[in-house]
Amino acid sequence: MGVDWQTFWPRIVEATGQTILMVAVTLVIGSIFGIIIGLLLFVTRKGNILENAFLFQIINFLINIIRPIPFIIFLVAISPLTREVVGTTIGTWAAIFPMSIAAAFSIARVVENNFISIDPGVIEAAKAMGASPLQIIYTILIPEALGPLVLGLTFITISLIDFSAMAGTVGGGGLGHVAMTYGYQRFDTSVMVVTVVILIVLVQLAQWIGNTLSRKILRR
Amino acid sequence: MITFRNVSKTFTIGKREVHAVRNVDLTIEQGEIFGIIGFSGAGKSTLLRLVNVLEIPSAGSIEVQGVDLAKLSPREVRKVRRGIGMIFQNFNLLTSRTVAGNIAYPLKLAKVPRQKIKERVDELLRFVGLSEKAKNYPEQLSGGQKQRVGIARALATSPDILICDEATSALDPDTTGDILRLLKKVNKELGITILLITHEMHVIQAICDKVAVMEDGEVIETGGVFDTFTSPVHPTTKRFIRSIQQDLPSPSLLEEWRHKGGEKLYRIIFKGEVASDPVLSRVTRKHDIDVNIVYGSVQEIQAKFYGNLLVSFEGDEEKTARAVKELNDIVQIEEVEVAWA
Repeated sequence: MGVDWQTFWPRIVEATGQTILMVAVTLVIGSIFGIIIGLLLFVTRKGNILENAFLFQIINFLINIIRPIPFIIFLVAISPLTREVVGTTIGTWAAIFPMSIAAAFSIARVVENNFISIDPGVIEAAKAMGASPLQIIYTILIPEALGPLVLGLTFITISLIDFSAMAGTVGGGGLGHVAMTYGYQRFDTSVMVVTVVILIVLVQLAQWIGNTLSRKILRR
Repeated sequence: MITFRNVSKTFTIGKREVHAVRNVDLTIEQGEIFGIIGFSGAGKSTLLRLVNVLEIPSAGSIEVQGVDLAKLSPREVRKVRRGIGMIFQNFNLLTSRTVAGNIAYPLKLAKVPRQKIKERVDELLRFVGLSEKAKNYPEQLSGGQKQRVGIARALATSPDILICDEATSALDPDTTGDILRLLKKVNKELGITILLITHEMHVIQAICDKVAVMEDGEVIETGGVFDTFTSPVHPTTKRFIRSIQQDLPSPSLLEEWRHKGGEKLYRIIFKGEVASDPVLSRVTRKHDIDVNIVYGSVQEIQAKFYGNLLVSFEGDEEKTARAVKELNDIVQIEEVEVAWA
């Protein structure tokens, strides 16, 4: 049995491309929304620059109901919404939608945690110098938290590679799909090994980029 | 000028009400260095934060440079804050910016043109003596250097007032001296009014013109530093003063004195001019008795001498009484009741 590697390699390359596309697009969309949600969560906290108990409770609640749902279930559960928004539930773009939502809420928590770890004294100092809430966000919160934020996003990226493999099993394409159909359903160990190796390489690469970037930002 | 009128601040923590500041009336004149001293929890930090609206009073009013802080919109509050520099115990520098970037920060907030910012930053770096450190990051600096950056940053927008929140409490004694000298320079050369809070009496002694003592949210004593040091009224004030100058030897030494059959002990207090006159020597010679200095110190407070001596006299009892009487007209002298255990 086994696959003909001559003709199979282009499929692997295509699937790797799909995985990278899913992860990259999800990371961008998820980061944009995640940073906004995390920021809102932080600034509306009790005693913070735009304290708002109502908004804080809503966002906090939303994050707490979405985050614990296993991704494979979440993926299926919101498929009607995916069909509304993307037009289909099959393919790479259809996988990106649920991945982005899940990522956004995870990133929101990471962002919030990183902002909390900023010394409140620094925020107080900025206030004392006449900074407006918006100026505090742009000139203090984001630059001061950027180093750990990059590490947090790296961590999220690696779980996105994991998500993308799951999305592959429900028609999302990518390496997950290849591993499932050829490696698992056709019992082709060589395909399994190749996809796993590629996934490991992707994870290593993501971690290396994240570490290098954060080291540059943190200067340590 | 800063005026507190019957100011109170109450925090509600859970169901408990904490009266951080109670009915404070205080005026800080233009150009002076005003120190507020108190043990931790006395409310001095809250009082300081009322000046730049980091806290809002529960009652009473505060006027800064003729502006009533209660009547300001958020935008006006931010403008007022630019006229009040603030420095902190833990410096609160931005770790993501260099020394120059930290000093430039308030100017960027105020939308000062780039070229102007550069000139001002260079000028401030020279003022605080950190020109070579412009491109360093805060973590590469010592505590004293960090506070210099904090001071330069606080001065960037040319404020009229500088408020200092325990600015030297995280520094070693040498560095504390450097920073205090720099604050004195800020006050003298730039004419900036300084309001500082501290729990260390020597900070007050070193640079302040006036002092207020706080306890349980209230100002319990206020006045010129020399007067407060030399004739404190409230027991807490006395405690603070005793923290830097002991006016009695330890009980064990006194006990030893008694054992040796020691004579009566007198405390003599010299203030200002009198301290430089040979009063003791003149009077004792006149009455033909000897003086023995048992214990004491002479200090400088606000460029004036302040002596506090414990002496005994050797000689005829009657002559001694006459000498004491004469000394009493010139200096403060009193017999010290030593508790004969």
